[in-house]
Amino acid sequence: MAERLIELKHIRKSFDGEAALDGIDLYIRKREFLTLLGPSGCGKTTMLRIIAGFESADEGDVIFDGKRINDVPAYKRNVNTVFQRYSLFPHMNVADNVAFGLSIKKVDKKERAARVSKMLELVGLAGFEKRWPDSLSGGQQQRVAIARALINEPEVLLLDEPLAALDLKMRKEMQLELKKMQQQLGITFIFVTHDQEEALTMSDTIVVMSRGQIQQIGTPIDIYNEPANAFVADFIGESNLIDGVMNADYRCTFAGHTFECLDKGFAKNEQVEVVVRPEDIDIVPEEKGMLSCMVESIVFMGVHYEIMLRGEDGMEWMVHTTDPVSVGERVGIYLEPDAIHVMKSSDEPLASEQEAEEWAEAEEQA
Amino acid sequence: MKKAGRYIWLSLVLLFLYAPILTLIIFSFNASKTMGNWTGFSLQWYVELFRDSTIMQSLWVTLSIAVLSALIATFIGTLAAIGIHSMKKRARGVVENITYMPMLSSETVIGISMMLLFLFLGFKLGYGTMLIAHITFNLPYVIFSVLPKLRQLPASQYEAAVDLGAKPHYALRKIVLPQIMPGVITGAIFAFTLSIDDFVISYFTSQDVSNLSMTIYSMARRGLSPKINALSTIMFVSVVILLVVVNVRSSRQARKENLVR
Repeated sequence: MAERLIELKHIRKSFDGEAALDGIDLYIRKREFLTLLGPSGCGKTTMLRIIAGFESADEGDVIFDGKRINDVPAYKRNVNTVFQRYSLFPHMNVADNVAFGLSIKKVDKKERAARVSKMLELVGLAGFEKRWPDSLSGGQQQRVAIARALINEPEVLLLDEPLAALDLKMRKEMQLELKKMQQQLGITFIFVTHDQEEALTMSDTIVVMSRGQIQQIGTPIDIYNEPANAFVADFIGESNLIDGVMNADYRCTFAGHTFECLDKGFAKNEQVEVVVRPEDIDIVPEEKGMLSCMVESIVFMGVHYEIMLRGEDGMEWMVHTTDPVSVGERVGIYLEPDAIHVMKSSDEPLASEQEAEEWAEAEEQA
Repeated sequence: MKKAGRYIWLSLVLLFLYAPILTLIIFSFNASKTMGNWTGFSLQWYVELFRDSTIMQSLWVTLSIAVLSALIATFIGTLAAIGIHSMKKRARGVVENITYMPMLSSETVIGISMMLLFLFLGFKLGYGTMLIAHITFNLPYVIFSVLPKLRQLPASQYEAAVDLGAKPHYALRKIVLPQIMPGVITGAIFAFTLSIDDFVISYFTSQDVSNLSMTIYSMARRGLSPKINALSTIMFVSVVILLVVVNVRSSRQARKENLVR
């Protein structure tokens, strides 16, 4: 896992004067499953297109296996792409689609046919050679697109929101299958998505992006548990974001109460932001709680209830729990030290209303 | 009753549209030399038509110019359309409008300006200049038949091909061209028929070589011979056959596509 396969150095790219990528530094290791995660317009697709060679960076270098490849055209790069809308060639049957890369390399017919059927078997479409792309379902087209890319034995597979057009059940299935394929073949995957759950499920490394900049790089667990700033905390999962003050190491005051926490190394009385995940909040009888609240609403979400609490200072808390409470009831909140994540206060914009709407739209389309 | 009325109306319209051509076809089989009166059935004008070397010569000019100019204009126009399509937005708008202009301006103006250009360049007005002129006025029609097909084609089709290792020209040939083919063929047919039809531009850009419309024009000034009726009948029938072939072909294609889906 140690070897750096791709390095991006100070990449900048703008379209019509608007910065799409604003100084990107990133390396991608061999055999890694790396996800570029962010709202639409954050630059993740542009980054993928720069790696594929469809766009060139205005500034900065793309290094592949130690060599600068800024000026290497897309058809000479040892990377292949699975497009969002699959982009199968409608005038060719499945076998010819999958064999496209091989026929360019002048692989002889017999070997081509053998490799095509082996590849179709790998993606679970054995016997589909003679079918036409528009007679296939979305999921099947997706598999053909993956087979068509993988048959070239690329070192890196780029996937641009490949599951966005599938229904939920199919999406879950493909997530697991893609992950399995990646581990089996030992290929580096660079996966672009706006779906945080997808990113958390599949990735070795997640790169969270916003407005052309990288917000945080880390493992799914790091990103979820230790978000680097309010944007990441807000974008990944649900969270309660509270302004607070760090009194001393391991002591933090917010919402009118001083809590014990696991964070240290802040200046005395430094202004901080605190993240509390909804599932980390314990609801206890009012007299045992650190804070007392009133239950405002309860929504049944299937696995858990989503409960909105209103604190005495007017603060709203979102809680995910399986414990039943009732609306109007007075309850207490109890926070374990490891439920509290303290972050440096920053001017980083929160995921704004407008961006939130854009994700909703993108998800609707999917 | 209402339905019958509608049919009568339709037949009147069709009669109005096709009466002149029908008259022409009927009189091409007339035995008499004078146009107005029918004296009996005869094929003599068809025989004479094929014996008339001037007409045969100009028929050959018309057909060869139509085929050559259609082929060359289709080739250049398709490439031009691909180029225009891949331009940035503003440049594309400008070039598209420049391309439109010859379609909108009068044929006389185009004919005269081309003649002036050829004379200025010292070209002898003849077959070559007529061919160049025909290619030129055919070009915009080809470009505007191909462009919509390119717009329908997602950009990722070309990108997918290049991504899989295809050099740009290979991707154009194997992926882009087959998918815009209907537009290319429409453009070629357009160009072919426009070229066969043309009189004004040919008249200005060629002196020693005449195509059919130029020959008919000069014959008409000396009094029309029924040979022209025979010739026009042949041309009309050929065009009808061409249209039927094109239509049958495209409806068959549509049915095939439906079957696949």
